Amino acid sequence: MTATAKPVLVRLDGVVKRFGAGAPALDGVSGDIRGGEITGLVGPDGAGKTTLIRLMTGLMQPDGGVITVLDHDARKEAPAIQAAIGYMPQRFGLYEDLSVQENLDLYADMRGLPRRERPAVFDELLTFTDLKRFTDRLAGKLSGGMKQKLGLACALIRKPRLLLLDEPGVGVDPISRRELWKMVENLTTEGIGVVWSTAYLDEAEACDHVLLMNAGKLLYAGTPPGLTDRVAGRVKRLIGIKGSRRRLLARLLDDDKVVDGVIQGEAIRLVLAEGDDGDSVVKTAGAEADRLIPATPRFEDAFVDMLGGGPGGRSALAEAQAARPDGDGRPVIEARGLTKRFGDFTAADRITFDIPRGQIFGLLGPNGAGKSTTFKMLCGLLKPSEGEGRVAGFDLRRDAAEARNRLGYMAQKFSLYGDLSVGQNLDFFAGVYGLAGARRRERIAMMLDVFDLAPHASMSTKDLPLGLKQRLALAAAVMHEPEALFLDEPTSGVDPITRREFWTHINGLVEKGVTVLVTTHFMDEAEYCDRISLIYRGKSIALGSPDDLKASVATTDRPDPTMEDAFIALIEASEQEAAA
Amino acid sequence: MTTLRRGRVRRLTALIRKESFQIIRDPSSILIALVLPLILLFLFGYGVSLDTSRTNVGLVLEETTPVTLELAASFQNSRYFDVTVGHDRREFAEDLVQSRIGGILVIPNGFTADLTAARHPAVQVIVDGADPNTANFVQNYAAGTVSTWEAQRAAERALTATPLLVQQRFWFNPELKSRNFLVPGSIAIVMTLVGTLLTSMVIAREWERGTMEAMMATPVTAWELLAGKIVPYFLLGLASMSLCVGLAVFLFGVPFRGSILALYALSAAFLMPSLGQGLLISAVTKNQFLASQLALLSGFLPSFLLSGFIFEINSMPLVIQYVSMIVPARYLIPSLQSVFLAGDIWPMFLRSILVLLGFGLVLFAVAIRKTAKRIT
Amino acid sequence: MGLTRLLALVRKEFLALFRDPKSRMILIMPPLIQLVVFSYAATLEVRNVDVMVLNRDSGHWGAELTSRIEASPQFHLVQRTDDPAELREAIDREWVIAAVEIGADFSRDIESGVTAEMAVILDGRRSNASQIVSGYISSIAAGLAADTPAGQRLATVRVGTVARNWFNPNLEFKWFMVPGLVASIAMLVGLLVTSLSIARERELGTFDQLMVSPLRTHEILIGKVIPPILIGFLHITLFILAAVWIFGIPLRGSVIALYAAAFFYLVSLVGFGLFISALAATQQQAILGAFLFLVPAMLLSGFATPIANMPGWLQVLTYVNPLRYFLVIVRGVFLKDIPLAEIIAETAPMAVIAAITLPAAGWLFRSRLE
Repeated sequence: MTATAKPVLVRLDGVVKRFGAGAPALDGVSGDIRGGEITGLVGPDGAGKTTLIRLMTGLMQPDGGVITVLDHDARKEAPAIQAAIGYMPQRFGLYEDLSVQENLDLYADMRGLPRRERPAVFDELLTFTDLKRFTDRLAGKLSGGMKQKLGLACALIRKPRLLLLDEPGVGVDPISRRELWKMVENLTTEGIGVVWSTAYLDEAEACDHVLLMNAGKLLYAGTPPGLTDRVAGRVKRLIGIKGSRRRLLARLLDDDKVVDGVIQGEAIRLVLAEGDDGDSVVKTAGAEADRLIPATPRFEDAFVDMLGGGPGGRSALAEAQAARPDGDGRPVIEARGLTKRFGDFTAADRITFDIPRGQIFGLLGPNGAGKSTTFKMLCGLLKPSEGEGRVAGFDLRRDAAEARNRLGYMAQKFSLYGDLSVGQNLDFFAGVYGLAGARRRERIAMMLDVFDLAPHASMSTKDLPLGLKQRLALAAAVMHEPEALFLDEPTSGVDPITRREFWTHINGLVEKGVTVLVTTHFMDEAEYCDRISLIYRGKSIALGSPDDLKASVATTDRPDPTMEDAFIALIEASEQEAAA
Repeated sequence: MTTLRRGRVRRLTALIRKESFQIIRDPSSILIALVLPLILLFLFGYGVSLDTSRTNVGLVLEETTPVTLELAASFQNSRYFDVTVGHDRREFAEDLVQSRIGGILVIPNGFTADLTAARHPAVQVIVDGADPNTANFVQNYAAGTVSTWEAQRAAERALTATPLLVQQRFWFNPELKSRNFLVPGSIAIVMTLVGTLLTSMVIAREWERGTMEAMMATPVTAWELLAGKIVPYFLLGLASMSLCVGLAVFLFGVPFRGSILALYALSAAFLMPSLGQGLLISAVTKNQFLASQLALLSGFLPSFLLSGFIFEINSMPLVIQYVSMIVPARYLIPSLQSVFLAGDIWPMFLRSILVLLGFGLVLFAVAIRKTAKRIT
Repeated sequence: MGLTRLLALVRKEFLALFRDPKSRMILIMPPLIQLVVFSYAATLEVRNVDVMVLNRDSGHWGAELTSRIEASPQFHLVQRTDDPAELREAIDREWVIAAVEIGADFSRDIESGVTAEMAVILDGRRSNASQIVSGYISSIAAGLAADTPAGQRLATVRVGTVARNWFNPNLEFKWFMVPGLVASIAMLVGLLVTSLSIARERELGTFDQLMVSPLRTHEILIGKVIPPILIGFLHITLFILAAVWIFGIPLRGSVIALYAAAFFYLVSLVGFGLFISALAATQQQAILGAFLFLVPAMLLSGFATPIANMPGWLQVLTYVNPLRYFLVIVRGVFLKDIPLAEIIAETAPMAVIAAITLPAAGWLFRSRLE
């Protein structure tokens, strides 16, 4: 079946939506969404994905352009649309104090599912989502992945012709995400059109059709290969790197011929400028690398290329920082048998690892597996039930304040004072870390300069665009030149350019001897780490470098597994072991 | 057509059922609909009393004669005073400063002589003006006690004691218990809490959690959504009210002279503007924190202060009197007090009910407009 | 070191309070509402009420009594009627708060020196107001009685009562209410600001950011406590100025002693606020918690009704209420110039309360961190 044979369910024609003054949230978006396929609505936070979905449900009115959903004008015939679609909003739209069954009953009544048909439909949905065992459980007590499935079940109560899913992948681990994806794929075989919005570019690659958005504008509409084609032949991997791959990447990024570059385990992944054959890269790398081999283009490569390439490789922040001596060779962050029990539930079970100076360590794992608990114990937010944690040699229990003075922390959600201006926030964190007098002024001025925040210094932080918030959060965390940086999912939802900028700084700091502990959902981000601990059911089930972990799951069928493959394989292996 | 209606009925009952489950499972509903009413009722039943039934006073006998002793005995036997006798007013001055007594009654030197010589005998009443309400009562009760004493003396001597006797008859509440009007008034406050505070918070919560958005993307209409909220909280409001009335009658012994019908008719009418206000607040704020603040500020406070519940509206400045006209509780409280104390006064009740329904209608109309199935 | 951190924290608290429109509301709205509503509207005085007169007497004295009632400044409207049914209806429906019934023999009795009788029917549903109205009517009647022939004869032997109102010669209700507001505003704002402060940080996610900083727990708590205390002092000062200059209430006692007592008062309040804050996970819970504390605290403090009127077991409960003590001090200092010993005696319990609530809140705060 060719793409054109599929019926068009949604037609967007020059859609404009504004909120107040400033740039429109959607600026002339046009495109089609077809039945029988998954259409990825892709873009970083603030791109306009949610607004576009709400416009399609008729819950919001466009300021310009026409939206036709299932042959109804969304402006005038919202009720007809709402009767025929399934919609799962960002937080799934579940009543947390109702049970699974009660939620299903409610939506069945709302959508007028005849009573006769209910037993069969519920049975099918519960089997499909594997929630049969949990019908009596309150929705609020379900795990993220289960909530997701229930949300999907509620949206599917009356088989819709069009299913709108707003960021179904957020807060869900790769395993649940894969399961969900399979379910949705099944639906398309029945001719249902699915819209799947996401900020994860790797999710987009699997879609049949993609609408790529950035800052309210549609950048690309078409099939994923159509987009990756633009970088065909320009994506390479530099392998066999001797010495610091971070330092090498920084140098390479400053090369005009390099559009984009990221660290991928022991290798560096590069997107070369159009017409470049890679000679200049090989020359820059010199004896530091073995060779440049071709790699399969990914969506993200093309996206960055489309946005005009990533930032340079220099970090003014790192350059201004004095290099830390290697010291006594003792690890900067140590976890010794860290255990946390909540009642009779063990959230973290004898987690042990240490991070030497100047390394990036990643905590990876599904939601609720214990990686946040471990992270929080190590930065002093949670007291361990057993075991001990040390930062820069200081015990977190006995010398908490000393330890905290040496760590910088960046939370998952933006968590600076939104009502304070940029300058006031910096001033506050400088004060909290005991910076005073000239040194305080100097550091604040430097942060404003390095992160290009000076023009916004008097703006309330809550009004800043996401990228600037990200920079400010990093500035606040590194203001006092900490020895250890704790980053909790630091770049979720951020656009790839800002993400690269962020990692340029982190890489620069690490080269200066700063030690980093990062939790992440992003498999790309995991690739930046020197070592990773995979946490599952409270235990560390694998510990090693990204390449080690990938290699450990390589098979003849899959000689070159991705990080996500490794993640899933390792967890499945652990489950089998537990079952055995 | 019938399938359409059946769908509507089914959606509405489903929404109501859902809401009822939530009410039962959500601690904040229980807190506001059950615990808070009990606390308020107990406070008004026991804690807040305007009856200066017994005030501590100092009685200074500057001279001791049979006449002054007789008068002193009158004061001591008065049911309004707890008397401590002394012989010098300076003994009590400090007590008055420190609010240990509400007043000093002085039977001055020469009182007996003045009485016999017809030289305008007088008892001095020194009161603590820092508490004007108590001061007023002490003055009035002191004057009353003196008059009674005179009347007794005159009767003993078969004289005309006084040319004019004022008979006071307090209708509806002869024992003058302030509890009898405060407890019914507080029931109106309780209904405001359920109707406005709780309702606005639960709807705001649906906006915050995104469930409102999910509901709106189904074929449900704005009317059904609102009705699905109104019906359960209306019933909950009536349940809270019934609980309070039960306690008022059986625990606090407030008389109930009207009919159950009048009670429920008035309460039902009052819940309309109350719920309407709650719906409106939540539609405008869509945020629990703001909703709770706004509900307390625009619902609880005016019902408490500008409704005639404790403070006389007539005594307020004119501007505030006008403001009080848009406070629904102002129309309920007098009628509610009447149902308890006076009995059914239907002309009064009907007027209240009409005004309340009118308010309700306006508020619902605005709330519906604001809750149109749109996200902005 | 410690001081730099603490200063940064305190400054941040102030900035957050003043820059966030929601918090600004809390600083501005309650004082304004209190000032307008309580000082002008919350009065137990009774003025401008309507009364009715049913005069069956055709003689001079009945007419005289009626016109004296009509001339009274306390009454807004005096309705006349001949119909007892109308009188009943007027009372029933609260058109009038009281009705005076003058019998047919009123003038004849007075002229002939027999004790004449008049009846006052009062609305017991508003027993407080109607008792005051009854006082007004009684004094009008007493005035009339004194002018009757028998009254004039008896004038010299009648035992009068001479009232002396200490501290507040005209028994103005505002003199009672406005000093009380000085205490209650500090409570309202101080408690709200404190109880919201930690909950707000929890909600915004900034709390973790604070916890991973080198700030020690007690430093965070001190940083949270100083701004509401300072704001409390600001509001107290504003209300004292308003009391003196807008309402003309005499300030007779020691202002220094008042501020010293206010310090302990605010500290004890902030202890309660911190307690609520430590318990609440969200701002909305904090608001409800503060409300749950404020309503009983206001009602069981002597702010509007005397503690002496409460049953004994309830009076015991008022001992833990800081407002109870500070009200005595603030009213005493304003109107009575109470001695220092008395101020100290009332301050001591507040210091005890603070010494219990603050550490308890600190302990709760710490234990909730787990």
